[in-house]
Amino acid sequence: MEAYYGYIIYGITLASMGGIYAVLTLGLNIQWGFTGLFNAGVAGFLAVGAYTQALLTTPVAARHIGGIELPIPLAMLIAMLLSAVVAYFVARICVRLRSDYLAIATIGIAEILRLGFKNELWATNGPRGVSQIPKAFEGIGESWDLPEILGAQKTWDQLGFLAMVLIIVFVIYILLERARTSPWGRVMTAIRENEEAASAVGKNVESFRVESFVIGAAIMGLGGALLAQYLKQIDPQVSDPLTATFLVWVMLIAGGSANNKGAILGAFLLWFVWSGTQILSGLLPNEIVVFGFEIGNLQVRSAYVRIFLIGLILQFILQRRPEGLLPEKRPGAQRKAT
Amino acid sequence: MMEFINFYLMPGVVLGCIYALGAIGISLTFGILRFSNFAHGDTMTFGVYVTLSLVLLSGLHPLVVAPLAMAITALFAIGIDRAFYKPFRKSPTIMLVIASFGLMLMIRSAVQFFWGVQLQPMVKGIQKPVAWLDPLRLPPKHLLIIGGTVLLMIAVHLLLTRTRIGKAMRATSDSPELAKITGIDTEAVIRMTWIVGACLAVAAGVFLAIDTHVETLMGFKLLLPMFAAAILGGIGKPYGAVAGGLVIGIAEELSAYPWIGTTPLLNPGYKAGVAFAIMVAMLIWRPQGLFRGRQF
Repeated sequence: MEAYYGYIIYGITLASMGGIYAVLTLGLNIQWGFTGLFNAGVAGFLAVGAYTQALLTTPVAARHIGGIELPIPLAMLIAMLLSAVVAYFVARICVRLRSDYLAIATIGIAEILRLGFKNELWATNGPRGVSQIPKAFEGIGESWDLPEILGAQKTWDQLGFLAMVLIIVFVIYILLERARTSPWGRVMTAIRENEEAASAVGKNVESFRVESFVIGAAIMGLGGALLAQYLKQIDPQVSDPLTATFLVWVMLIAGGSANNKGAILGAFLLWFVWSGTQILSGLLPNEIVVFGFEIGNLQVRSAYVRIFLIGLILQFILQRRPEGLLPEKRPGAQRKAT
Repeated sequence: MMEFINFYLMPGVVLGCIYALGAIGISLTFGILRFSNFAHGDTMTFGVYVTLSLVLLSGLHPLVVAPLAMAITALFAIGIDRAFYKPFRKSPTIMLVIASFGLMLMIRSAVQFFWGVQLQPMVKGIQKPVAWLDPLRLPPKHLLIIGGTVLLMIAVHLLLTRTRIGKAMRATSDSPELAKITGIDTEAVIRMTWIVGACLAVAAGVFLAIDTHVETLMGFKLLLPMFAAAILGGIGKPYGAVAGGLVIGIAEELSAYPWIGTTPLLNPGYKAGVAFAIMVAMLIWRPQGLFRGRQF
């Protein structure tokens, strides 16, 4: 049984990360899927959440602000709130821009936030980042004296965290499904499909778009808070546009925009592809000789092949199946009996 | 005073020239194909690496081999258009934006795969300022960049005003439907747009590489200032993009000048934020840009 320990732990971490990405993807689904807001700055809101969580829950640290050991759930709540506040100011300025302008503006905001996390050494310890971030359910195995699973009590810690992530994904899913079929969600769809018509029937398009942007960003902030706990230490790299923004976008488009089930499916599926290809590239020899030419650093280089592959998946889906794996299902209209 | 000109204003002008060249491509794509091309910066990176390889192979100066690199990059851009943008000609523009968003990372990862990620010099050695310009301390490479930019601008101007295809490009940019009705070959116009955009991007990238160094993120770092320049100048207005590029380049460098007291006004780490701040301000108060470009 212990021979499988490594695999099972790997499975748990894989599912935990998949769940964290599902949270991020659901956040983007409100903005893009429901309302059609092209937010290319997912990384920025994720980083706000991750840093809030990190700075508030770490034990006292001299190198950065915070370090006040707040309880983890409270910090997660504050991470969501702060992300929402940042999003509110961004939205008030940018949300009425045309979609590509909004994309440029949000990509810029994410970059500026990243510069901030990197340059403000007094607050964030700059590029060296924040470490010793407490993780939810850490040490429950020992402190509650639970029976050993697979020869270790520590397995409980991992399982506890995974359960928390999955429950969060489920709760967000339920809430978003209700939002989608509610009058609010229908207004969002109307704005996405035809802004003029929505405003002609008296809906305040701008304030609805701000709401959608802020709620989406709050969920992304929560995703960031989970990520900070999972990684245990963060630095400005968490807001790398590649692994944060781009991967989340491909997940949503592959899974199916405007379909919450699709968003979750896309997140897990793409995460499995992303980390599965990492294992494959780890199996590569470091050097091969082709027709007498030595090709070195294969393992390092293959990392870029993975990114290319994800990009190719995106292009393929865009051209062949733009609605994604699970296409959008409109909430049915209430038909009059005739 | 000379310190201000030598260390803040002139570097700003040089940077502005580089932004301007890149922004023309973005502005043209926006005007004619009607989408923001996120892959523009990384097309530039590709062109710079092609130039670097040609330099290493031939041992010639980068500017000598640049035309060949431009031709290769132009073909590359047309190929990408065929494979990834053409299927969306009649779709909502957002599809094109997402496709270019994906291409941005695909091109970059391909460059990183083939050429590696370490910084590399394009030209070796340190240059002394040109003696006859004293007290203006301008190294020859900066003269080269400013002079090269002026020449390319004139070439673009002549292309857009004197040639048939250039006039067709302007017509398509003003009104695609009308252009089509009058029998303009839209596909030829689109091809030319990619060629001009790619050539200018490679020029901008090579200039930047001569001034600093070659790295795989150089295109992405230029993307935001180039967008800012294009928006500042007015979308679809190549001359506006030039003015916008210069304004943004100079503003970025001047933001680090100790205007008040002795410390830089803005921490140089935030230089990139200046372009962005200007862009957001323009989008809010004057979305048509300085030169009355198209408004969305």
